[in-house]
Amino acid sequence: MNGSLASLVCVPVLLPLLAAGVKLAIGGRLRRLQSLISLVTLGISLAVSVVLMVAADTGGPLVTELGGWPSPIGICLVADRLSTLVLVVSSAVTFCVMVYSVVNAYDEQEHDAPMAVFHPAFLVMVAGVADAFLSGDLFNLFVAFELLLSGSYVLLTFGGTESRIRAGATYTLMALASSMLFLIALAITYGATGTLSLAQLAERFATLPEQVKLLVELTLLLAFAIKAAIFPMSAWLPDSYPTAPAPATAVFAGLLTKVGVYAIIRLEALLFPGGPVSTLLMWVALATMLAGVLGAVAQTDMKRMLSFTLVSHIGYMVFGVALSTVAGLAGAVFYVVHHITVQTSLFLVCGMVERRTGTTSVTRLGGLMRASPLLAVLFFVPAMNLSGIPPMSGFLGKLMLVQAGLAKGGWLPVTLVAGGLVTSLLTLYAVAKTWGKAFWRAPRPDRVGQVVESEEHTGEDPTITTTALPAALPLSVAALVALGLSFTVLAGPLGALAHRAAAELMAREPYVTAVLGGRP
Amino acid sequence: MSSVSLVPFAACCVLITCGVTLMLERSLVRVLAGVIVLGNGVNLLIVTSGGDAGGPPFVGNSGLADPLPQAMVLTAIVITLGVTAFLLALVHRSWQLTGSDEVQDDTEDRRVRLRSRRGELGDAVRARQDAYRRLVVEQRAELARLEAEQAERERLEEADLERRISRVHDELGQWMRELRYEGLSEEELQTRLEEVGLREDPGALSNAERIEQLREEHRRGRAEQAARERELRRKLKARQREARRQMRTAIREERERQALAQDPELEGDDA
Repeated sequence: MNGSLASLVCVPVLLPLLAAGVKLAIGGRLRRLQSLISLVTLGISLAVSVVLMVAADTGGPLVTELGGWPSPIGICLVADRLSTLVLVVSSAVTFCVMVYSVVNAYDEQEHDAPMAVFHPAFLVMVAGVADAFLSGDLFNLFVAFELLLSGSYVLLTFGGTESRIRAGATYTLMALASSMLFLIALAITYGATGTLSLAQLAERFATLPEQVKLLVELTLLLAFAIKAAIFPMSAWLPDSYPTAPAPATAVFAGLLTKVGVYAIIRLEALLFPGGPVSTLLMWVALATMLAGVLGAVAQTDMKRMLSFTLVSHIGYMVFGVALSTVAGLAGAVFYVVHHITVQTSLFLVCGMVERRTGTTSVTRLGGLMRASPLLAVLFFVPAMNLSGIPPMSGFLGKLMLVQAGLAKGGWLPVTLVAGGLVTSLLTLYAVAKTWGKAFWRAPRPDRVGQVVESEEHTGEDPTITTTALPAALPLSVAALVALGLSFTVLAGPLGALAHRAAAELMAREPYVTAVLGGRP
Repeated sequence: MSSVSLVPFAACCVLITCGVTLMLERSLVRVLAGVIVLGNGVNLLIVTSGGDAGGPPFVGNSGLADPLPQAMVLTAIVITLGVTAFLLALVHRSWQLTGSDEVQDDTEDRRVRLRSRRGELGDAVRARQDAYRRLVVEQRAELARLEAEQAERERLEEADLERRISRVHDELGQWMRELRYEGLSEEELQTRLEEVGLREDPGALSNAERIEQLREEHRRGRAEQAARERELRRKLKARQREARRQMRTAIREERERQALAQDPELEGDDA
């Protein structure tokens, strides 16, 4: 059964790439067909991911050897519980975002940059994300990163306006620096071990001297930490993400940093279990949580505020990884799943707010709740979910991490638990402030300048320009919000799955035997 | 096994160092050059990691270099090429839009920074206003004190003058009473009075004139006093004006900075 399913592993990577190629060939014509291809592709990816998740959960990791070379020599794709779980969530999220962007007809508004660019870049990025999750080889992981980054470069600088070019320069250079570090780490690793296959590395690192091991680990960690926006390397994120088009920002925020976190989980659990780095990771996690959330409190722009909370909540996942216990890893995995969904839906709501009012600055917004109650609810629910109001999944994820931290004991984990609670409280403050200002307070006609005129002309709420939203637009976001809420209902099975994935990760044995097939 | 040869390794170090240094520049063209140099350095490092040229990748297979690093380097080169092309496009677009290729600071960052500076400026203005208010109160108090002193002095002078006038009147009355007592008629009295007036020192003044003179003196004193007061008020006004002007300048500067902070040009224009 698993043997025949194994060939499905490459579908989430290859299908979007293929679709991107077809769409590039079609060019700017046949818009309906284009949208159809994108949606069908992502739908199939989602279905395949679900099948893979069930198969990997019941029958152990699935391995596909690409190019027909046996595993340590050739490159393989591995689908174990962790990678399929995040793959399912990322497929679901990208599907919703694609629905959103098709409905938004984003591509029709910008005449300079046609639809022929947005969808292929998006699909290439999705393929890169899937490849990163499934990759069983460090070099393939590098290629996956480059794939998703090259897609994201195009999406971030979409339309080539001045602010996007500026943000794109920062983003591209940071990504490049991290890629170069990754390559250097690859060179060192290959020089030291003679392989880049993750399974083989897991065996060979054990025989290396401590210093070499530490050097490789720190270099790789640095490269991934830049991608995941962990504190000292997080400054690029709030600068670059908010300028991108809304669907792109939503996927970036939801997925790209999580790919970095996923790589760190793999690195710590599979290659360097129980190393001395976990203390460092704990401190870094604490700094990330606090620095991020303090930045979020100071912001007046909704997208920037969310970008800072994104940085801050990466700290929770790093904390879970740094605990290096099954419970801690399970908490981190659960948190990744929760955070992908919630952060994406929040950014999509910001996109809708921007589309309706032309701004996301809370000093200009006001009274949106009266104008659009649905939008207010769609922002409020994931915002409360993010800050961890029970019984939503944000609360459950934090609870798992807090329990894991207390179970680990010692003053540092307990300090981190306290830091996590403070961060949660400050997140609540930041999102509540934003929601109160943008949605709840009375509209402030003195602040909105020219928009006041529309009050006389149309008799509408003065802060609101008269752009109505297509009905299906909130629907796609509502689906994502509902997905986020469903994690509460499904917390039992999902938590159990996260635990099984974490146990599999900590054991390392299933992964290595599945890839190497018992070969020496 | 094999040792690492130093020359390629040193070349890697130099290339990577130069690349990183260039990447720290603000000008995108320099950064681009840095990326290229850095990429070459890193690729060379990967090749070096494969061992010596002709060194065996597998045991007992000498004369055949390890193919894996070379495959990896090829991939890396292609990726670097693609990213370089993208960066080049970015540089060109940046130059098209702004006429320069320097990476600017983020607008929202600038705004947050300005907001904190505006808070500091607001505090400074408030402190200045308080100081000004205190100054005005002090000056008013000083003026009131001066006026009170002046009034007291005037009161004393007037009292003195009246005392002197009344003394002269008393003397005159007594004198006239004495003369009447001696039996002089009113006419004689009058002539005597005139005689006394004439007989008195020509430089000496009549009582009336003395009174007049004293009054004159008093008037002059008051005029001088009033002039002094006016001068004082004028100076006070000038000081107040100066202080107000300074405050206005400070407030205007602060407003300008506020306007800069709310400048629509600075808004992230994403539409």
